[in-house]
Amino acid sequence: MNQPKNDTKAGQPLLEVKDLHVTFTTFGGEVKAVRGVDLTLRAGETLAIVGESGCGKSVTARSLMRLLPERTARITSGSIKLKGRELTGLSEKQLRQLRGSEISMIFQDAMTALNPTITIGEQIIEGILRHQKVSRTEARRQAVEMLELVGISHPQTRLKQYLHEFSGGMRQRIMIAIALVCKPSVLIADEPTTALDVTIQAQILELFQMLQERTGVSIIIITHDLGVVAKIADRVNVMYAGRVVESGPVGEVFHRPQHPYTLGLLASMPRLDSDRTIPLRPIPGTPPDLFAPPPGCAFAARCSRAMAVCGTYPPERTEPSPGHTVTCWLQDPRAQAVRPESQPVGTAGRPAI
Amino acid sequence: MLITLWLIVTITFFLMHSVPGSPFDRDGKEANATVIQNMMEHYGLDKPVAVQYLMYLKSLVTLDLGPSIAHYPDSVNSMIDRGFPVSLSLGMIALVFAIICGIALGTVAALRQNGLLDSFAMIFAVIGITVPNFVVATMLIKYVAVEWKLLPVATWGTWKHMILPALALSTGPLAIIARLTRANMVEVLTQDYIETARAKGLAPATIVFKHALRNAVLPVVTLLGALIANILTGSFVIEKIFAIPGMGKYFVDGINNRDYAVIMGTTVFYSALLIIMMFLVDIAYGLIDPRIKLHKKGA
Repeated sequence: MNQPKNDTKAGQPLLEVKDLHVTFTTFGGEVKAVRGVDLTLRAGETLAIVGESGCGKSVTARSLMRLLPERTARITSGSIKLKGRELTGLSEKQLRQLRGSEISMIFQDAMTALNPTITIGEQIIEGILRHQKVSRTEARRQAVEMLELVGISHPQTRLKQYLHEFSGGMRQRIMIAIALVCKPSVLIADEPTTALDVTIQAQILELFQMLQERTGVSIIIITHDLGVVAKIADRVNVMYAGRVVESGPVGEVFHRPQHPYTLGLLASMPRLDSDRTIPLRPIPGTPPDLFAPPPGCAFAARCSRAMAVCGTYPPERTEPSPGHTVTCWLQDPRAQAVRPESQPVGTAGRPAI
Repeated sequence: MLITLWLIVTITFFLMHSVPGSPFDRDGKEANATVIQNMMEHYGLDKPVAVQYLMYLKSLVTLDLGPSIAHYPDSVNSMIDRGFPVSLSLGMIALVFAIICGIALGTVAALRQNGLLDSFAMIFAVIGITVPNFVVATMLIKYVAVEWKLLPVATWGTWKHMILPALALSTGPLAIIARLTRANMVEVLTQDYIETARAKGLAPATIVFKHALRNAVLPVVTLLGALIANILTGSFVIEKIFAIPGMGKYFVDGINNRDYAVIMGTTVFYSALLIIMMFLVDIAYGLIDPRIKLHKKGA
């Protein structure tokens, strides 16, 4: 059962995104939603993208499948390579071959993301028939098998039912079934648990882990819930204002956060073991206007440790430890000298920021 | 349903009788007083209105709509027998044409949102809604029939006779359907499940026809009842203009002659028809939208 995972966990890059720029044309001007994102997804791993609303995490994910609105959104530069194949130059027709069979996506709210007037069976089967040369009966059999796999009982009868006959958690399971039925190598999950209550959230996350073990699918999970990241992700990318500011293995990033924004995110999380009298510490200020992003580090205006250089020049990416990269001026040797000792978050309470 | 019908019968009956004049008033002609007296007695018109009302209800229950007063010995039932098939075929052609073209036009407009085709379709829709069908009918007769001599001017017979009146009758409903379809389609295309369908790799045509259209035409189905009413009333005028021997013609003639039985009969018939249509629309709605289920009780 673990065979596929062990084969692929070796970790050659499956999906590589380099210097991705996405721009939206609006009445007000050009919005630079994604401004040079680098991502690497290795086979069989779960990669998380975290960040606050509007940081470009969903846009990044959608641009991988080119699901952005055609009229307004444009990938202005950068490259997206899946198994070594460049995706940015593909025609719409070639992309359709890819969608659902190589890369699949699930969305936040299954209630609106599934069609209310078509049976869920048909919604699963149409994907199979689109990508595989099989008979309807065979497609049906696969759909039943898939529903069983995602934990839906009586799949034979459930197939004929409509969306409104399922509970919230079940709907999410069905969406996962639809996404995985053609055995894609990459699954993009855009806030898959945000619309669910906590117990169902945990069940769905366990389902992801189980499915990953069974099928070896690589998952990109987009979330603003650091708890979700801690539970299922292998590596995490922290995004801010259209850029990845910090990236690395989850344990490394959570315990030794290097970027002030990551520190801020971790500090603003409510914790069970914290003193109740201490109020939650939000990050002050608002994200920059992406119509005219600042020339330097986008977080500089909200950063308590910003230096003169931060607002004017963009920081370089550095690698403080293997696999852990940070894009911040504080990593510069000249800044290190004045930088206070950073405390591990997990052990000594809240980090000082 | 029966209560609605009874209310319509009652209101029409008393309204009709409150209008001055009787079936035997003839402009300019003096009729013999005894003749009129005998006629009144024959048709029971000398009795109090309340008694007449009960008599009418009684014959209505046996589906007898009574004799025509102006066209003796013709009965209202036989008028409907002759007129209704004509009106029905005209109405159905107009309705089917309006639905198919309206939905097609609306869908194309939505897919080319804010494009040239969209603007053209919506200008056409506004014209279709605002210009009354008798104007459309006259224009069609003037150009298509009289000047270009492509189709017959009026009357009823071959399929060629049907085209112009059906076109004139369908412009209003067609325009309404087109506008509604476009508005819904534009909305549906932004829904999350359309994105899910795209994420499955489905072709745009499949997405539009399988996933979007059904959801976009749901409100159109709701409107269908009102549109059928629109076409029915429209057919009064259109049948008169094109001299088509349909129900509408009998209805209009009935009113002109103050032919009580004909007015009542056609009104009751149209009302019953409309109520049945509305009922069918409700059933159709349940078939298209699985969220609406017809239960034995309640719904």
